Order: sequence, then structure tokens, then C-alpha cells
Amino acid sequence: MLEAIILTIITAATPLLLAATGELVVEKSGVLNLGVEGMMVMGAVAGFAVTISTGSPLLGIVGGAVAGMLVSLIFAFVTLTLVANQVASGLALTLFGLGLSGLMGESFVGQPGLKLQSLDVPGLTDLPFVGKILFGQDILVYLSFAAVFGVSWFLNRTRAGLILRAVGDNHTSAHALGYSVVGVRYLAVAFGGAMAGLGGAYLSVAYTPLWVENMTAGRGWIALALVVFASWIPWRAAVGAYLFGAVTVLQFHAQAFGVGFPSQFLAMLPYLATVVVLVAISGNRRATLFNTPSSLGKSFVPDR
Amino acid sequence: MMRLELVKRSEKSRLMSVLSPVVAVALTVVFAGIVFAAQGHNPLTGIWYFFLEPITSLWGVEQLITKATPLVIIALGLSVCYLSNNWNIGAEGQLTIGAIVGSIPPILFPDFVNPVVLPLMLLMAMAGGALYALIPAKLKTVFGTNEILTSLMLVYCSNLFLDWMVRGPWRSPQGYNFPITIDFHEWAVLNAVDVGGIYLNLSAPIALLLVIVLAVVMRSTLKGFEIRVLGQSPRAGSFAGFSTRRMTAFAFALSGALAGLAGMMVVMSEIGKLQPVISPGYGFTAIIVAFLGRLNPIGILIAGLVIASSYLGGEAIQTSLQMSSKLATVIQGVLLFFVLAADTLILYKVRLVTGREGESAHA
Repeated sequence: MLEAIILTIITAATPLLLAATGELVVEKSGVLNLGVEGMMVMGAVAGFAVTISTGSPLLGIVGGAVAGMLVSLIFAFVTLTLVANQVASGLALTLFGLGLSGLMGESFVGQPGLKLQSLDVPGLTDLPFVGKILFGQDILVYLSFAAVFGVSWFLNRTRAGLILRAVGDNHTSAHALGYSVVGVRYLAVAFGGAMAGLGGAYLSVAYTPLWVENMTAGRGWIALALVVFASWIPWRAAVGAYLFGAVTVLQFHAQAFGVGFPSQFLAMLPYLATVVVLVAISGNRRATLFNTPSSLGKSFVPDR
Repeated sequence: MMRLELVKRSEKSRLMSVLSPVVAVALTVVFAGIVFAAQGHNPLTGIWYFFLEPITSLWGVEQLITKATPLVIIALGLSVCYLSNNWNIGAEGQLTIGAIVGSIPPILFPDFVNPVVLPLMLLMAMAGGALYALIPAKLKTVFGTNEILTSLMLVYCSNLFLDWMVRGPWRSPQGYNFPITIDFHEWAVLNAVDVGGIYLNLSAPIALLLVIVLAVVMRSTLKGFEIRVLGQSPRAGSFAGFSTRRMTAFAFALSGALAGLAGMMVVMSEIGKLQPVISPGYGFTAIIVAFLGRLNPIGILIAGLVIASSYLGGEAIQTSLQMSSKLATVIQGVLLFFVLAADTLILYKVRLVTGREGESAHA
């Protein structure tokens, strides 16, 4: 029973963690991309489309990442090259992504998809309790953890990460030091787009191998909230994603056991939990402000 | 290598302030033409069916006004939010809660049938929407919580709440188990009257009135000045004695009230009862309307009509060209991108420079 619950928590948390890790890097570079939901849903539809047309879920998740990255580049062009308002452009990206994915996915509605294979190591996967949890996951689950460690290492231990943080904290100084503020931000936004695309592809290729319109159901927004919750520290995003996964799963189990409570109220739990967590975290100003990239959401035009 | 370079203008370009939405619409039409061509249709035929054909009939104009009305009303409220730097993106939820609260009289008191019901419902809807919008506003002013995320999360909650209401406590006993409430009585619906061949109800004149009121308020009252100052420079505003906190509450309450009003009027004129879905995303589309209208009341009126026509266009290409009506949402999204991008022209001149030129400029 406990094993089953942990397994479902992992599947609920992985798309959130993938998208949140990507957005964390974007925001560390000083860009607020509110289009995570749009990039995720594009990743979901592209992931599904590539999977059923090639028969390969692996190519599907690559397709999801590419689709997420491509739409993120529209956002990058509008906000970085043309210095449009980032908040409004992020909303535009979400509305655009939801519309385009609905259009692209129309013919896939009701079609069965293919499920991403899970790892199967003879001997290890069969171990009692931990076997399936540690050695029986699909590649995206391992990738989500690799991303957390990778991003953590990149931001704190590499020169490129230092430059990225400098760009996010003070773009004028970074520019004066000769770094390409806009270039760094383009790369960060593209990375965030690819990660959100992977998170979306996880939904349509691994979580439920189906395409349903708007299937991200606000997960992109929850991923954005997770970045705030994590106060821009990768491992905290992982903790947050798993807490949210637990809330989601709790809700499903409560529904399955027929707790005498309307299902709609249980379905509200992840959204209400997001609000509660955001309030709790914003109460703690010092921890938040210390890590907030100072240039977050501000446009940069180099003066030549 | 070629790249774009922005050169700051010494002052805002007045010409571009007016032209930028036009440029955006023109680029969107071109984009739509490319999409039609890619789908194997004559681009001009597609553009005709999508943008123009729907409004060639009186019935089309009637539909256009009906669809534009809620968009304009909601976008007016959102423009006050965005101008004062309050990012309310939960209008869809405020619309829903407003419609639920406003529906209390005809559903819970079906015997209370008199002319008072209609204004009472509208007022209750406004109060409901405003109170729901005050949740993210208060969380922002008291705890400093990001209002973008909280206002959006509340949309999901309100939709689930409506779903529960119409399937649970408010389900009509005569509804054959469908998730609908009882039909509203005659004093709880907006009836359309014939205006020169077009059937309109009270909501369109109310929208027009709100446009005029807000235009006057923004142009020639202290409140309008306060909204703009606090949006552009909260510090300067505080020296003038304006309070950012009060403005946040005001802007959210106003936009929530207008979203609730719009939702109630949609229910009263088009549906006549509550059901699980009462809005085709008016609250989100109104965000596009607000920006396309450059956060200006008159601009929003025009933008509302433009965006409403894209809904009709979506239906038109479905029947005439057998294309998906979902193309309309894509075109709306693209339009918003173009609007935001074209706004750059107001503050900057855009130059295309080749790599060589760029280098010599640095040398």
C-alpha cells in the first residue's frame, strides 16, 4: 500500500519538478516567464504526436522538449529583443500554447498512446519495497533528479552559473563586465522551455498516455509557485514538488475510498495548497528576499 | 550576422501609440493568411471568412455585440488593475463566483418574483466578484504574496465550486439528473429588444456606459491620476499621499465586481440557469482585450469588438472551410504577442544592423 502511494507520488511530482527546475534557471537569469503552462501543454501535445507517429516514446519526450523550447523562443524574442512586458508576454505564451495545442491535438483526442518504458534491472527492480521505487522508474524521473543536481552544481559551482546569476542580480554590471545579458537570458529561457516541454511530455507519454485538451490543468502555474516556494534553491524545489505530489495523490486516494466529502473540494486541494504555501513563504521575507534575483522581471536594453 | 537594435526615443511616439495596435492587427491578418495557405486554402478567402464575413449580416453584428459585451466589461476592470501594477489574472474565477452569488435570488427564492430581482442579482454578482477578488488583493497587501499565482489558483477553485453547486445542492429536481439548476424566472433574465433589426439586451448599453464612465474617470479625475501614478512609480505616489495598499484593494475589487457583473449578465441573457460551464474563457480573453486596447477604455471597446469577431470567425471557418474553430484561440494568442511586440515601437526605434556595422559602431 505504502509502496503504491509512493509510486503515485513520484508520477505526480515529476512533471512539476521538471518544469520548476527549468523555470528556476530562467528566473535566476532575471527573466520571469509566466508561460510555463503554455510551454508544458505544447510539450504534452508534441510529445504525444511524436510518440504515436514514430512509435517511440523516447523520441516523443525529445519532441516535447523541442516544442517547449521553440515556443519559449517566441517569448524570448518578444521580451528580450523587443523588451516587451514580461508578465503580459508570459500570459500571451500561456494563452497561445493552450490554443495551439488544442488545435494541434484535435485529431489525437481519444486515440490511445504509447507509454514510456520503465527501467527494469533484473534483480534490483524485484527487490522488496525499494526495488520498484528506486530501480523501476522511467527515464524522466531519473532525469528530473539529475536536473536538480545538475542545476544546483551549475549555478553554484561553475563559472557559467556565476555569470548567469550575475546577469539575474544586476544586469547593468554584468553588461559592463562584458557579458551578453540578452544572450545568457536567451539560453536560460530556452532551457526553461525545454524542461517545461519535458514536464508536459511526461504527462502525455508517461503519466497517462493520452492527449486531453488542457491536460496540464494548471501544473505550469503550480511549477511557478514551486520556484517561489523553493526560494530559488533547486533541492527545495524537489521537496516542494514531492509535497505537492503527495497532496494530489492524497486527494485521489480520498476520492477512491469514498470519503464522504464532495470530490470537487478534494480536487481543489492542490490549488488551495499552492495558495497556502505561497502565503506561508511570503510571510518569511528575509529568506525570500535574500535569494530573489534582483533584476527579476526587469527588461534590459544595452546602452551603447 | 544581422540583429535588431533598439534605440530609445527621446519621448513616447504619439503616432506609434495609435498605430501599434493597428500594426499588430495587420500582422495578425498576415499570420492568419499564412495559416490558411498552409492548410491549402486561398489566404484571401480564409481572411474573408474569418475576419469579415461574420459581420456582413445583422445576425452577425448582433452576435458580435453579444460576445464583445462581457469582454469589454471585464477588460475595463483589468485595465485599472494593470495600470496600477496589480496583476489580476483571475477574472474568470471572479466571473464565476459573481454569477453564483447573483443567482441566489432566483434559485433559492423562486417565489420572490418582482422587478427588484434583476438589479438585486446584478448587485449581488458584483459584490460576489469583488469579494472573491479581494482574497488575492488582501494576500498581496498583508503578506506580500504574489497576486498572479493566487488569483489564478482561485480560478480553478471557483470552477470546481460551480461544478459542485450544480451537481449537488443546486441541482434542479426537474433536470433529469443533468447538472443544471432550475430555470430562472422571467424577472431574473435579460430579454432582448429589437433595435433596428438587431436584438439587444440591457448588457450592451451597460458596457457602453461603463466605457464612458471609466474614460472620464481616467482622463479627468484625481482617481484616474492616482491609478496611473501608483502604477508607474509607487514612490512618487506615496509622496502625493496615495496608498499602494488601498489601490490594490480598489483595483481588485473593481475588476472583480465588473467580472461578476459580466458573468451574471451572460448567464441572465444566454443561459437562463447555472450549469458547469458558463463562460468560454471570457475572463482570460479579456486580458488580451485589455492589452490590445492599450489599457484605454475607448481602445478596449474597439479591441473587444475585434476579439469578439475572432470567436465568430472561428465558427465561420468551421462551417465554410471545415477548419477547426480552435484556430480562433491561436489567432488571439498571436495577436497578443504582436500587440506587446508592436508596443516596443512607442518607446524605441528598431534598427536592423548587420554584424559589420555593429562592430564599427563599437570601435
